[in-house]
Amino acid sequence: MIRLYLERRAVPSRVMGFVAPALAVLAMVLCAIPMLRLAGLAPLATLRVFFIEPLSSANGVSEWLLKANPLVLMGLGLMIGYRANVWNIGAEGMYTVGAICAAWMALRFADGVHHWLLAAMMLAGMLGGMLWAAIPAFLKTRLNTSEILVSLMLTYVAQLLLSWLVNGPMQDPQGLNYPQTALFSESATFSPLIAGMRLNASVFITLGAVPLAWLLLQRSFLGFQLKVSGAAPSAARYAGFAQGRLTWIALLIGGATAGLAGMFEAAGPLGQLSPVISPGYGFAAIIVAFIGRLRPVGVLLGGLLLSLLYLGGEAAQMSMNVPAAMSRSFQGLLLLCLLATDVLVDFRIRLRP
Amino acid sequence: MNQLIIPLLDGTLVAATPLIFAAIGELIVERSGVLNLGVEGMMLVGAAAAFGMALHGQSPAAAICVAMIAAALMASLFALLALGLAVNQYAAGLALTISGSGLASLIGRHFGARSGTTIARVHLQGLSDLPVVGKVLFGQDPLVYLALALAVMAWWFLNRTRPGLVLRAVGEAPEAARAIGYRVLRIRYLAILTGGAMAGLAGAYLSLAYTPLWVDDMTAGRGWIAQALVVFATWKPARVVLGAWLFGGVTVAQLFAQTFGLQIPPQFMSALPYLATIVVLVAISRNPQTLRLNTPLSLAQPFRPDH
Amino acid sequence: MPPRIALEAITKRYGSFVANDAVSLAVAPGEIHAVLGENGAGKSTLMKIICGTIRADAGQILWEGRRTSILNPGAARELGIGMVYQHFSLFETLTVVDNIALAHAGRFDRAALAARISGMGERYGLPVDPLRLVHHLSVGERQRVEILRCLLQNPKLLILDEPTSVLTPQAVGRLFGVLRVLAAEGCSILFISHKLEEIRELCHSATILRGGKVVGAVTPAEVSAADLARLMVGAAIAPVTRSAVATGGVRLALRGLSLPPTDAFGTALHDLQLQVRAGEVVGIAGVSGNGQAELLDALSGERTAAPGTVMLDATPIAHLDAGARRRRGLAFIPAERLGRGAVPAMSLRENTLLTAYRQDLVKRGFTRNAAIAAFARGIIDRFRVGCSGTEAMAASLSGGNLQKFVVGRECSLAPVVLMVSQPTWGVDVAAAGFLRQNLIDLSRRGAAVLILSDELEELLEVCDRIAVLFRGRLSAAMPRETLRIEQLGMLMAGLEAGAA
Repeated sequence: MIRLYLERRAVPSRVMGFVAPALAVLAMVLCAIPMLRLAGLAPLATLRVFFIEPLSSANGVSEWLLKANPLVLMGLGLMIGYRANVWNIGAEGMYTVGAICAAWMALRFADGVHHWLLAAMMLAGMLGGMLWAAIPAFLKTRLNTSEILVSLMLTYVAQLLLSWLVNGPMQDPQGLNYPQTALFSESATFSPLIAGMRLNASVFITLGAVPLAWLLLQRSFLGFQLKVSGAAPSAARYAGFAQGRLTWIALLIGGATAGLAGMFEAAGPLGQLSPVISPGYGFAAIIVAFIGRLRPVGVLLGGLLLSLLYLGGEAAQMSMNVPAAMSRSFQGLLLLCLLATDVLVDFRIRLRP
Repeated sequence: MNQLIIPLLDGTLVAATPLIFAAIGELIVERSGVLNLGVEGMMLVGAAAAFGMALHGQSPAAAICVAMIAAALMASLFALLALGLAVNQYAAGLALTISGSGLASLIGRHFGARSGTTIARVHLQGLSDLPVVGKVLFGQDPLVYLALALAVMAWWFLNRTRPGLVLRAVGEAPEAARAIGYRVLRIRYLAILTGGAMAGLAGAYLSLAYTPLWVDDMTAGRGWIAQALVVFATWKPARVVLGAWLFGGVTVAQLFAQTFGLQIPPQFMSALPYLATIVVLVAISRNPQTLRLNTPLSLAQPFRPDH
Repeated sequence: MPPRIALEAITKRYGSFVANDAVSLAVAPGEIHAVLGENGAGKSTLMKIICGTIRADAGQILWEGRRTSILNPGAARELGIGMVYQHFSLFETLTVVDNIALAHAGRFDRAALAARISGMGERYGLPVDPLRLVHHLSVGERQRVEILRCLLQNPKLLILDEPTSVLTPQAVGRLFGVLRVLAAEGCSILFISHKLEEIRELCHSATILRGGKVVGAVTPAEVSAADLARLMVGAAIAPVTRSAVATGGVRLALRGLSLPPTDAFGTALHDLQLQVRAGEVVGIAGVSGNGQAELLDALSGERTAAPGTVMLDATPIAHLDAGARRRRGLAFIPAERLGRGAVPAMSLRENTLLTAYRQDLVKRGFTRNAAIAAFARGIIDRFRVGCSGTEAMAASLSGGNLQKFVVGRECSLAPVVLMVSQPTWGVDVAAAGFLRQNLIDLSRRGAAVLILSDELEELLEVCDRIAVLFRGRLSAAMPRETLRIEQLGMLMAGLEAGAA
């Protein structure tokens, strides 16, 4: 019997850092083929609809970038947390609260023209996300409670909060009792970059966040402290880095980016709030962070990939009646494949003599 | 008064049952030193598999078996990553939850609003007809009793048998366990499979007995609550049961409050189980000693034997 | 009669590194055989091969004359091989009887096993209470549990890895008594150590390893300790030089430091008093588990206490956190260099920043990478750290080289007070001498140096004064000139000198 084993590399392979995610995508596609067969679909045609057709028109590209926007932004925030060993899995909730706060701003100043309104909404969105992130941060640092479970539980709470608001206090009085808010005014929405397409200027903010995240992690002392506390918590304590402060920062950054992403969606493609404002972006962002191998540029590419999966899923649902759940299965599958291939960065496969 | 108390107690036992299954399974996994955050995903796959079988007219027993096998297969996937490749267990568990929820929706896409075979309640001549306690204690479906039996068995296994001792030893110090001749990865694999099967059983209970209708994401975070229960129970089976009853109680009470038309928005009531989870987690974690003395020492740390 | 075990040309490689290079040795029934070598000589690799935890790439093992392959630890146990590990392989949260039951193939009957443990303990003079939890036991008691666990298997070969490093001198004597009885009963013993006098006292024969190769097989009683040392190291060892002490003012003082334990595994500190002056090296001896970890946490700032109980240059610091104490000139070298003293997956450059961040290496919140690399380069050069450069991962360095790096880094901070825990654990002899010399030199430049070590020889070589920590209480610090090793041993065992 051939027995394989993993041998640790002396230094992590740089080449594999790029090859592993590509291998993961390939592996996902290979696994997808039998899945599609089982679902009674022609694999190649479906994959074409999934990955190629969405990008074959200018509008498709606009939609692609638009969807990547919240994914990349949230992925960046989560990545910083994961680097510090802070397992925030509640970005979905922070996104929701961010959107709620931004919407409250928008509805509060619904009349007239306010040039500052978008900026104020962004601030409100970030503060909302940070508020939601402050709960697990407080409980973690003061009361030693797992941030994983708390942040996740708060996601359900945030969704119920949204549901209550759009059915009650924030419901559109002229809305025929539909559970939704009024449409935001022009001052409270991003205007399209190109007429007829939904892409708006908020993508530039996300794009700007990528080098900022890089600067934080690779060049700043704060980023260094975050990385040390993630890679070797006892070394961080030994060096005198304040663990509690780092946990707060990691969660607040995650909250701010998620809240801002929620604002981008509310003031961008949505233009109002309804009970469901996210097709699971907060969870997909976890995958984005990992696909990007917890590096800023990687997260950018990972966000584009996941966005394509969303878009492909929609296209396939419309043109081939592929269930919407297919794209969520692909997302999970992609993360599973990536975790497996990522081992190649630190290890090489050897044949046991 | 009995009109209120009996359904409340009855509902509590029923609502606690899937939590007990899933939490006892995860407890076994964590006692072996592995953290599998994929409980929610495995439960969903189990629920979908069982519901599918029931729709096709299979017996509840067959549906449950298929659910357990399906969830155990998911668990194997996790084991391949977390044990075989020793990857980060948090990430692998999350990946399992995400894939599981997608896969379950995929399986369930044609289920529609039909329902299939469900699990009947037992009826014991004489006992079940007793006033007040009759229905609550002796008129449940068999799985309610099975959940309690499994909790007792888990306690007995961990504290009174050699394999249970070995499992705890592996969870505390895998290197030391290997040094005295135990196959750490094999033992952990068996624990993960058991946890998967139990999560499948929990899911099957949801879709066959608790709410025999298919809804996407029908677990609604119960996998995560089970995960929290394990911490709350400080890894002790008896306390898992207590915790599950507490949560069952909260869940049922808020449903009752909603139907009785209390002047509180239903969303607030629905949020109670999640808030209660946070409250109990805080209560148990506040004293770092409690957790440190009870947490399996190697929890979530990948183990790679030398060559 | 064939030897109990014979290794023939055992070879084990890790990548290009040869840990064992054609190693051969044989142990007869009833023989106490020493395996001698310094850290990194390949002793533990060889023992792991015998115990089945790793497999050799080449060579063979003969068990009682028959060729055998030991595929896993279970197979080793079935042959009758028992091992007592240096860092015990016990389960802290389980009772003694559960720990032993785990390694015991018989029926799972706790009461019967407890009786057998007590009986066996009485027979060999290894008393333990079978129903106690292991984390309540002292280090010496834990070792007894490990030995009993092996003895209940009726072992034919017992391996002990550095068994005396955790014992007081008196307890070492008792252990040797037990081993001699076992050998007389026909059990073969492999005794791994780097303590030459002990080997000369106990062992019938010795195999000496250096750089993974056998460099000698001798009868220890017939060879002088100096000759053994030369075989082991391959060169004569230069002793450390100590210039005279010119002590200055008190830089570090403990004034009635008391701390409760953090958990059931810990030890409480009671009213500790100590002064360390500029220019001197003070040592704290003691068997580990007597409050060393708690004392280090209290000094480094990982735990805080009432302000005045720890003083640095006459300023109270006990209430400050680790970062604030570092800012005031406290530096610390922990025993766990990988994971605490250095981040394994980070480069030496990044590991320089870990504690040297106040040496003008951070500007407006940003790291000055060129300056950091230059600082790292300086440490590597001055402390002769063997590595591929400033970008080498900490985890890729040998124990000795990484320790040189960590010591070099902390010394480069020009500390007022330097605390060191186990300065030469797992470090080869030449590097150990180099490190000890550097610690002495640092003190002579005006720093106060405090060393915690469980190696008495090391403390006696380096320190000007030595105090003993026992069950959370600290003795007075005594000048080394007046100290006898027996006296230290009694203090370490909790017996007042002169009372016993």
